[in-house]
Amino acid sequence: MERRELLKMITLATGGALIGAEFLLSGCKNNARLEGSFSDDDILFLDEVAETILPKTNTPGAKDAQVGKFMTVMVNDCYEAKDQKIFHDGLINLNEASKKKFSSSFMKINAEQRKELLTELDKEAKAYQKTKKESDPNHYFTMMKQLTLFGFFTSKPGATEALRYIAIPGKYEGSVPYKKGDKAWAT
Amino acid sequence: MADQTYDAIVIGSGISGGWAAKELTEKGLKVIMLERGRNIEHIKDYVNANKEAWDYPHHGRRTQKMIEEYPVLKRDYPLNEINLDMWVKDSDCPYTEVKRFDWFRGYHVGGRSLLWGRQSYRINDMYFEENAKDGHGVDWPIRYKEIEQWYDYVERFAGISGSKEGLAQLPDGQFLPPMELNCVEKDVAARMKTIYKGKRSMIIGRTAHITAAHPDRTQCQFRDKCWLGCPFGGYFSTQSSTLPAAMKTGNLTVRPWSIVTKILYDKDSKKATGVEVLDAETNKTYVYKSKIIFLNASTLNSAWILMNSATDIWPDGLGSSSGELGHNLMDHHLNVHAGGIVEGYTDKYVFGRRANGFYIPRYRNFFGDKRDYVRGFGYQGSASRSGWNHDVAEYSLGADFKDALTEPGGWSIGMGGFGETLPYHDNKVTLDKTKKDKWGLNILSFDAELKENELKMRKDMLNDAIEMLEAIGAKNVTGGDTNPYLGRGIHEMGTARMGKDPKTSVLNKFNQVWDAKNVFVTDGSFMTSAACQNPSLTYMAFTARAANYAVEELKKGNL
Repeated sequence: MERRELLKMITLATGGALIGAEFLLSGCKNNARLEGSFSDDDILFLDEVAETILPKTNTPGAKDAQVGKFMTVMVNDCYEAKDQKIFHDGLINLNEASKKKFSSSFMKINAEQRKELLTELDKEAKAYQKTKKESDPNHYFTMMKQLTLFGFFTSKPGATEALRYIAIPGKYEGSVPYKKGDKAWAT
Repeated sequence: MADQTYDAIVIGSGISGGWAAKELTEKGLKVIMLERGRNIEHIKDYVNANKEAWDYPHHGRRTQKMIEEYPVLKRDYPLNEINLDMWVKDSDCPYTEVKRFDWFRGYHVGGRSLLWGRQSYRINDMYFEENAKDGHGVDWPIRYKEIEQWYDYVERFAGISGSKEGLAQLPDGQFLPPMELNCVEKDVAARMKTIYKGKRSMIIGRTAHITAAHPDRTQCQFRDKCWLGCPFGGYFSTQSSTLPAAMKTGNLTVRPWSIVTKILYDKDSKKATGVEVLDAETNKTYVYKSKIIFLNASTLNSAWILMNSATDIWPDGLGSSSGELGHNLMDHHLNVHAGGIVEGYTDKYVFGRRANGFYIPRYRNFFGDKRDYVRGFGYQGSASRSGWNHDVAEYSLGADFKDALTEPGGWSIGMGGFGETLPYHDNKVTLDKTKKDKWGLNILSFDAELKENELKMRKDMLNDAIEMLEAIGAKNVTGGDTNPYLGRGIHEMGTARMGKDPKTSVLNKFNQVWDAKNVFVTDGSFMTSAACQNPSLTYMAFTARAANYAVEELKKGNL
């Protein structure tokens, strides 16, 4: 049953970069969940975070794929309680970081400022994730970024327009030419 | 109590049950196939077969609610959003674990033939003779020359794609055209040949996908959605292959929701007379009568049915007179993996999604090699080029970052071992009469583990994988051994082994229960040793052979 092995191997080979992989393979704790605790404003906020990470270019961006909404569904349904709390606190922390840096809330700063702020947060999160112990909590921005990537590239606009997708390939060829700029297969 | 009579009853509708139904009906017998779960109709009931990640609320991922409801399934990949309806709900069908055993079940028409990995390999005398040579378990009662024609027969019908390699330890078969190794794998296979001088080989996986015209089915479309049920019939399943053939005869009745609770046994004639069935929906009891019974309920459930049958004569059940029923439980031990980066090939990519990979057949303890353990293992794996999930060093977010992710990343290669488990008498299942399932039936208790031989083997599985990947030029090679438990291979075998002697085996060489010759057990429970190859093809071959024998014996008046 090689296909399922493959899933794991890819994770192995790429250093297991995705927190999402834990949804697939980890065990669980039966912690109580905070349900439906995101507001419409939270979704708009998360849409802007996601759009900053994966903006609309000549292909759709995160907002086109409703990634903000997707993030809330994933956090509500798939995250353990302790990670839900980190994520919720993260919304506040991110906004505070914006106020500190630009004296204005995240929703009010412009696209350039958002990019600058999130680039800093990304650097901070990467440094933290690299040195933390496995039992230490994840950084909220790591969660947001990973959910953005997963949510977008497995969405219809992400998979079919930003990436390449063919429902029924009909054949397999193990060696076809590739030139820089050709898109990756969605699946 | 309704009472109906058939020529034959087939218990179970998975890979071996489907074959039993096909063979018996094609030989003119009136057959009823009893399946404990729901019906799944080919194509129509593959409800997720055309869905993509975005069609699911969580894009395929598991939720905390699923984790709570599936305490066993959550242990590995089967718990996910895309085919949850194909797996047994743990809470309905509990079992006791004296030692951990991961039991992943599919209770529905087709059974795990809809979910299997489709890798299909023959076993020859290098494996059949091994018990006798090293003294573990009992000797297989047959040799390759007796089963070879049946491998030919089932391969031709099922449709097995593969390459002829002429390997001593992995006989070639009646193959459809092989799938293709990709550009990296081809080069790696060539390097393996040079480095190991033919003692270790990397070949394309032999898989039950049709890669050329095949009657009444459409060729594999390389969608890689096999475990949702294939609307093209691209891979072998009961639904795509054996069931339509059996239905075509007009001799088959299929009854879903039928939990067989016992085989009815007549001590005067020393034969089974039929089965008792509990309707899983109505909880009503029915009796079906027949001349012969094929027991194909899957290794552990077949043992459970036998343990619950003829207990007035044998307290531990039909087939227990040898003391081996429920014992010698085997699986293939998995979860040893290694992987690494392959540099270059940036001007190469693939087209299509190949639900297959490479196979490295066993080489340990063969060809003069001698280890500090017996038997051996094979590897399955693949090379692939990463999609959007790859590191981008230059950018952290924004348009450039997005552009970089929309291009493929680098190549990597990985593989995992499939190790043989020895037939240990004390690796067993027994009845736990203190607990009941949803239907008030007693449940199984598992007491089985990997032992010293397997644990030593796992060290080789890991070290060899890393060594080979480094030898063929992979970089940053890492590996790991996780979860050394039984069950995860989903290759349960051995609880009603065949043998030469009724004192040490449950079945004779034609899969007949020694104590009831009109009961044939042809699922994985008959396996006398596990070898290290994926076993389903062997179940098919033994089932076809046993069905042929059963009908001959029936005609002779011997059953």
